[in-house]
Amino acid sequence: MADYKIKVRRFQPESGQGPYWEEFKVELEPSLSVLDSLLQVKDREDGSLSVRCSCRAAICGSCGMKINGQSGLGCKTQIGEAQELAEKMARATASGPRTREAGREIAGDDERAQPGAEEAAPIIIEPMGNMPVIKDLITDMESTHWTKIRRVTPWLLPHGEAPEREYIVEPESMIDITQSMACIQCGACVSSCLSMEADPDFIGPAALAKAYRFVGDPRDAEGVERLHDLAEDPHGIYDCTHCFSCVDACPKDVAPMDQIMRLRRKAGEAGIEDPNSGHSHELAFVKIIEKKGTLDESLLLQESFAPGIKGKLVPSRRAIKEMLGSIPTAIRGIKTGKMRSLPKLIPGIHHKLPGTAQDEVQAIYKHAEEHNEEFNLYIKGDEGELAEIEAEENLETAIAAPAGEEAPS
Amino acid sequence: MSDQIKVAYWPGCVSRGFTPELHGSMAIVAEKLGIELVELDRANCCGAGVIAEHNQELADTLNARTFALAQETGLSMMNICSTCQGAQSECQQRLDADSSYRAHVNEALSGQGLKYEKDVNGFTNKNFLWLLVEDYGLDKLAAQVVRPLSGMRVGPFYGCYIVRPKERLGYGEHPDRDIYLEQVIVALGGEVVEYDGARKCCGFPVITMNRETSLKQAGTHVGDAIDAGADCLVTPCPLCHLNLDMQQPEAAKVVNRDLGLAVLHLPQLVGLALGAEPKELGMSKHIASTGWVEERLAAVPA
Repeated sequence: MADYKIKVRRFQPESGQGPYWEEFKVELEPSLSVLDSLLQVKDREDGSLSVRCSCRAAICGSCGMKINGQSGLGCKTQIGEAQELAEKMARATASGPRTREAGREIAGDDERAQPGAEEAAPIIIEPMGNMPVIKDLITDMESTHWTKIRRVTPWLLPHGEAPEREYIVEPESMIDITQSMACIQCGACVSSCLSMEADPDFIGPAALAKAYRFVGDPRDAEGVERLHDLAEDPHGIYDCTHCFSCVDACPKDVAPMDQIMRLRRKAGEAGIEDPNSGHSHELAFVKIIEKKGTLDESLLLQESFAPGIKGKLVPSRRAIKEMLGSIPTAIRGIKTGKMRSLPKLIPGIHHKLPGTAQDEVQAIYKHAEEHNEEFNLYIKGDEGELAEIEAEENLETAIAAPAGEEAPS
Repeated sequence: MSDQIKVAYWPGCVSRGFTPELHGSMAIVAEKLGIELVELDRANCCGAGVIAEHNQELADTLNARTFALAQETGLSMMNICSTCQGAQSECQQRLDADSSYRAHVNEALSGQGLKYEKDVNGFTNKNFLWLLVEDYGLDKLAAQVVRPLSGMRVGPFYGCYIVRPKERLGYGEHPDRDIYLEQVIVALGGEVVEYDGARKCCGFPVITMNRETSLKQAGTHVGDAIDAGADCLVTPCPLCHLNLDMQQPEAAKVVNRDLGLAVLHLPQLVGLALGAEPKELGMSKHIASTGWVEERLAAVPA
């Protein structure tokens, strides 16, 4: 048993007061969960502390919360680990006198707050982000999470009459979507989403992962329509800022951001143009590296907004607006010297890689475009780790098998 | 020095493009620290996640080529861009996971006499931040300080690609990689400013796709750091620098408040503490004025 201090962000709507912090002392094994600590407080100290939970085994997805600022499940986070993280972060932000340790005097150092306070840092527990709080750690999943899930038409849209019994599909054809099917709708990814924090209209990681689950389903007939819908929404797939927050938050390794990137790839392959210039940005980037090897930033800007000859002869309103909008930044760059060179100002005159290096890059393009293989680590696994698991299983079988007898094959 | 560090150095695209001061300041700091840089001048762009979004195998092969070029030198690799770190680590994770996939990708490199080999001679690819803490050492760094950043309040800004996803970025072996910037700031004699945005997104990846969302992110983080009393931010990512510094006046319009906070590249902050002058570190090329930082420094003679 060990003692811990948890600091919970509380809110009771009926009190008419704003949210506040309250600290509780708990006593439990380090291997028990943060949810266990909350239930202990509820049981022993304050029955009004509100938290949603059911299975306590990372299956039902009810106890999403923020622990030390990180979104996840209360039942899947060990309190001992949460304590270590809380202390690490507290240590990091307390400016210590390292330079003085190295034998140097620093003026004013003594007056600064002394780091390494003796008392252990509390574990910070908050309700999930990006959604309204109903009470204490209970958030309103309906107004954000479920509304966004429904936004992506989360059911199968097959062609023709439904079969009399079940749909028959090749098991291999379903493998691609097993990762997005692992979602338990806990909302941790939504809570962590940094795009949604800046743009609440963003469809978001959970709903887009769910969308891929149907786009990739061989029984669904409306894949291309779905891609149009998700790409043409200005708050759709091209509104993801690629921050990986949802990847780390997800307790089920769904990696929602990876599913969003798959949607982008499929939308691109279907040639779908979008109001965010997401597809033209991607194509421009890929083409520039083929031609130049390293990034020609001014050409990327130009080709993202006004791609090709047509884009320049008949520029879209957005292209004109964005290009005009970038002029003040360019002028500032010229003034400070940041952009004071012709290759940085004139799109397309950026240098190539030296010698035969550019040809080598182009040979790679040729090979990769012929094959275009997607290696899915979630499905294939790491062969090193798989070998370790196999060795362990063999060892267990060998131990379990009585001496003199062969292990069952 | 017997344990001198020598690395295959990948500067990336942006450090030679819109943030030329980064490439320049890295060269100065490497010399002061005694780190020898063997520049990979034939290497290509990491793809920044955009090429992987288009064709994953293409991104993996392009980065396998960079790793192979580094392995040819017999040295480990160093980068100075969080985005390169993240994009390259992602490709390396797939290449390392499966020998037949690796062989398939290497097939594309065979005509160039190149081959990426897993784990050969302990090959690693580390951002300057990781190298500084794990290989150079904080105590050794602190001992090199000739102009402690006394009283200077510095906000760390990591860049998403260097802090997430933890499993891919070696946090199992190095769990403190998300507090290295704080450790470096302290080692240089500065004070760490705690604010909300340190490990959040600068918004740069969507600057062309959703300018409003992008600049709102940058503007909010810069504003939060100012409110927390920061004299400057420091970042190991030049793409974050573009949104936090180059776009700062535009971000100020979006969040509708005055900003004006200096944003330093990691080698610039280290360089100042090692006695280099702001001008030679290219600080005059920044958009947000670094004047305040220079004034604070002037109080302490080099």
